[in-house]
Amino acid sequence: MPLLAINRLTVDFGVGANRIRAVDGLSLTIEAGQTLCLVGESGSGKTVTALSIARLVPTPPARYVSGEIRLDGQDVLRLGQSGLRRIRGGVVSYVFQEPGASLNPVFRVGSQIKEALKLHRPADATDAEVVRLLKLVGIPAPESRRKDYPHQMSGGMQQRVMIAMAIASQPRLLVADEPTTALDVTIQAQILDLLRELKQRLGMSILLITHNLGIVGDLGDRVAVMYAGQIVESAPAGELLRRPLHPYTQALLQSVPGLATKAPRLTAIPGSVPLPGSLPTGCRFHPRCPMAQPDCAQKSPELPEVEPGRWVRCPYWNVIPHAAPRTAPCVP
Amino acid sequence: MSLLEVRNLRVHFLVAHRVSDRRRAVVKAVDDVSFTVAPGETLGLVGESGCGKTTLARAIIRLIEPTAGQVLFGGEDLGRLSQRDLRRRRRRLQMIFQDPYSSLDPRMTVEQIIGEALDIHRLARHGDARRKRVADLLDAVGLAGEHLRRYPHEFSGGQRQRLGIARALAVEPELIVCDEPVSALDVSVQAQIINLLQDLQQTHGIAYLFIAHDLAVVEHLSRRVMVMYLGKLVELAAANEVIQTPKHPYTRALISAVPVVDPDSKRQRIILPGDVPSPIQPPSGCPFHPRCPLAEARCRVEPPALREVSPGHFAACHLAQ
Repeated sequence: MPLLAINRLTVDFGVGANRIRAVDGLSLTIEAGQTLCLVGESGSGKTVTALSIARLVPTPPARYVSGEIRLDGQDVLRLGQSGLRRIRGGVVSYVFQEPGASLNPVFRVGSQIKEALKLHRPADATDAEVVRLLKLVGIPAPESRRKDYPHQMSGGMQQRVMIAMAIASQPRLLVADEPTTALDVTIQAQILDLLRELKQRLGMSILLITHNLGIVGDLGDRVAVMYAGQIVESAPAGELLRRPLHPYTQALLQSVPGLATKAPRLTAIPGSVPLPGSLPTGCRFHPRCPMAQPDCAQKSPELPEVEPGRWVRCPYWNVIPHAAPRTAPCVP
Repeated sequence: MSLLEVRNLRVHFLVAHRVSDRRRAVVKAVDDVSFTVAPGETLGLVGESGCGKTTLARAIIRLIEPTAGQVLFGGEDLGRLSQRDLRRRRRRLQMIFQDPYSSLDPRMTVEQIIGEALDIHRLARHGDARRKRVADLLDAVGLAGEHLRRYPHEFSGGQRQRLGIARALAVEPELIVCDEPVSALDVSVQAQIINLLQDLQQTHGIAYLFIAHDLAVVEHLSRRVMVMYLGKLVELAAANEVIQTPKHPYTRALISAVPVVDPDSKRQRIILPGDVPSPIQPPSGCPFHPRCPLAEARCRVEPPALREVSPGHFAACHLAQ
């Protein structure tokens, strides 16, 4: 049984004419010990999906219209308040994009980590355990740094504290929502390295949300690509990057410049991401799709498994020409 | 002759060390930086947050007054100009900003935003000529004439960045300083703006100083690339040389830290320990030595000068060969 199984989840915001469908019939699973990358641009619904796992999206304005979320054998959408409190932190923990905004500025970081321990492992809520966690996430001089306030730390250090807080409760699933987007690239490399190491050491599953396809190749076992509230392609990470099947995934991969790849011009995707309130009919990508067929504007495509382990929401996936494989960058 | 020449530019800020402390500390945000930009060239500038790249950009067009050094534009020292003459010169020297949301006045229409640039430099007197010129500019950046009466909030991030480009373009500049123009945009839209900047360079012969933290974007656009660390230039060379044969250990680490899409890439990762040090108390000697995997005893005391390691390839490292 997978650790997390989301089945046909649909989430709306607002009512009546103002209703916006943020997530539309989304299904995904994460096995124990696996890393799934959820890739998408802003507004594609990836954060709403991630927050729904612990039912953290406030209702109202949101409304869970249909679908099911099974986390560690429990039906999250039917849990009562005490059940939700148990799984929040106990089974799934979160790390967000802006560590500075997620930490409480008026408490020392050590006491914020201890709070997570008190809730989920009261017997271990000691300074020694706080120091052990800080050491585990690679904070130098943890004995003294635990007495720091968040503003006394750099962004990278704050994100390490966030990760220490998240793993303090020994969750089975860590959801990291753009954990390195606010960080510099050398610090990003440190944090990704830390996540990889922690996953191996603690055997957690990770749901990593990112818009950076480079991170997918670095960390992901599987990838799901989202566009306008739906998953358009899902595959093992290496296969998706080597041979993307959906036109959107292909276009996305071609539109990012690589290091030392000699393309004189980027292949840009025309137009912009549709707003959730005004989605195109039929396939949601068709107005921007270079391979769109006449009936793409009418028929909404399904997401069938086209090859073992590969799902694609495009009926023409095997007739459209595939992008040439990317040339390997010649970086020392 | 170079279009822009920056000579030993320094921008120092006085800051309070602590809130309770009356002593003032000096932050050397830009410390002795020199380089040139040729007409029609793109010079890329990369560095992490706090390295001084935005301060450098603003000091060049004198949005911040430099502490020392010279900025020569077309052979003329911008630092010696009166405010009035400077404003006139800025017609040839424009800037595009990072945040397309805060760099456009929300209460002005597109016609007013772009027309204001024309008014300041008296480039279009009559209403009709002005409107025609704005419509042409919108067309040049891929927007339609019907957008004239719209307000910034009616546009997406990518479209707003196009407006910022049209505004800079309105006065027919010779150099545009682009400060992170694509980093606030969605991945699928970034490529549109990058291509637009390239097209405009070809049709108008504009030179760019292109600032970004994304090394791949900078390499894609630039002929030469310079790397900054803690206010200093640490490397400057042709774009492909910086990426393929970097001479400074910081550049090497920066390149290896960029996540690559290619799943079969077997490159070695250099993970730098620690954070960028506080610019209030920069390390002695080479500012990079506390994080440098190659640091020797002299790196701790002797600051390295930017020297020509091989023809056209400059690096500020004692050990670079």
